[in-house]
Amino acid sequence: MSGILVIAEQRRGELRPVSLELLGAAAGLRRAGEEVAVAILSEAPDRFVAPLSVAGVDEIVTVKIGAAEFDPDIFESAVGALIAERRPQVVLVAHSVDSFGYAAALAARHAFGFATDVFRVERIDGELVATRGGYGQKVNVEVDFPGRDTVLLAIRGGSFKPPEQGASPRVTAFGAPPAQSRQTAREFIELSAGDDVDMTAAEFILTVGRGIGEEAKVAQFRELAEAIGATLGCSRPIADAGWLPKSRQVGQSGKTASACKLYIAMGVSGAIQHLAGMKHVGTVVAVNSDAEASIFGVAKYGIVGDVFEIADELRRLF
Amino acid sequence: MKILVAVKQVAALDEDFQIRGDGRDVDADFLIRDLNEWDDFSLEEAVKIKEAAAEPVQVVVVCVGSEEADESLRKCLAKGADRAIRVWDAAVEGSDSIAIARILAAVAKREAPQMLFAGVQSSDQSFASTGIAAAALLGWPHAAVVSSLTYAPGAKSAVLRRELEGGLLQEVEIQCPAVLTIQLGINTPRYASLRSIKQAAAKPIEVWSLADVALGAGDVGEAGSLSRVRRMYIPQKGRAQLIDGDAAQQAARLAEIIREFKGAAA
Repeated sequence: MSGILVIAEQRRGELRPVSLELLGAAAGLRRAGEEVAVAILSEAPDRFVAPLSVAGVDEIVTVKIGAAEFDPDIFESAVGALIAERRPQVVLVAHSVDSFGYAAALAARHAFGFATDVFRVERIDGELVATRGGYGQKVNVEVDFPGRDTVLLAIRGGSFKPPEQGASPRVTAFGAPPAQSRQTAREFIELSAGDDVDMTAAEFILTVGRGIGEEAKVAQFRELAEAIGATLGCSRPIADAGWLPKSRQVGQSGKTASACKLYIAMGVSGAIQHLAGMKHVGTVVAVNSDAEASIFGVAKYGIVGDVFEIADELRRLF
Repeated sequence: MKILVAVKQVAALDEDFQIRGDGRDVDADFLIRDLNEWDDFSLEEAVKIKEAAAEPVQVVVVCVGSEEADESLRKCLAKGADRAIRVWDAAVEGSDSIAIARILAAVAKREAPQMLFAGVQSSDQSFASTGIAAAALLGWPHAAVVSSLTYAPGAKSAVLRRELEGGLLQEVEIQCPAVLTIQLGINTPRYASLRSIKQAAAKPIEVWSLADVALGAGDVGEAGSLSRVRRMYIPQKGRAQLIDGDAAQQAARLAEIIREFKGAAA
């Protein structure tokens, strides 16, 4: 058992950026002489050779599969066969929606060591140790994998830096055994119902969360956002309740505040899925009545107080 | 027809919680227990299917947990579950999500439902793996992060939408029986009426042992797990610079920050 195998992710012909973060994690973990291989599963895997040719990669394994997009049965079969042939000590996948669909199945079926949502991975006295969050990210949990020859880790997005481009790893094709799927992917659907706002382009965002309590309060914050010149966004519970359109949801399953420079979060507790969409923003101001809210962990400025009172006072100043 | 819904009683932490003496978990005295948020949605989805079906459908909730979990199971009974099963044995202590999945799969084998629902993840440990691991152990088709579902009980297939990252959905047709992990927002969970809460209090909760599902102590706990907790600790966190004062003073400072941003942007 040796070596690190990374499973890259693609969707609709594009390499998902988290794939490169996995390679960053592999580069940090590798020991002298240990090989890092990255596998890409696709109907046409060769097109991903160029973007995967980054520092620290020894080999790119192209795996041609009979599915245009992610399919849990086909992925489980192909990745399982690749692991059986290569016998790596560590396999890294993204903690992503696609991995949610097959990684646990793969681990359970083959009895690999397994941990998800891992944001740190290291060897302590030669033993592999992965760190993840627990109890709503209030604690860190170190897990190990006694007696497991192969360990599969699902890595949290945003935890590792992608390596530099411009290496020339060797390229190998892996012939995955034919696999039958028990499902058929139909089409992709973009969520943009009834709103033409583009959260990814907004430079100044005011976001409301569960803390605003009721739908009737949305109007107050919409008016405030307008007055201060911010784009109004929301966290998941607000969109799920239908108080604001899904297109305004910031977070993992919503939009990423890519262009944002000032982000004011009012009544947002800061679930990890929300943070994924905004924690990179340079200036985050969090307003929350709960001093222990996770959002204060990523904010530059914090206001512990009543969101409605702060909103009222702020409105008076514009 | 039967739909099995796997639920979990999750734990949130009290404000001044402490780590247990062995350093591997939080002291149980500081845990505040509740039904996992995701499971409210998977139960609702099952109950909706039952209500829309022409034939009788039984909705069965199953939970792996000690007696404390009965409170969450009663909540499920009040919200429309017909039966509640709780599986427990002291040997289950220390199980990871895969060991729990092994128990759920064994329950599904015995109950033989047409569908198994689980939440995408739990709000406390966020493994996002229990349902899909159970599917593998059952050998059933599976789909994760389902945000809409069209399914008639007993049908050979179902059509669902997977919620991907960045506001993208993917529609999938899947063979049944299947395991689906259900995402928040797929429906609007109902509130239990006072009457149904009273009725639920009188309903039995079936308590099963490992032997009832043909498992032994070695299949669960650390022996049946793929990972082991080595250490749990409170992380040093980055802290926001707090803006003090009364609401007017705090708002005034916030207004300054906004004007600085606008000045820089202009």
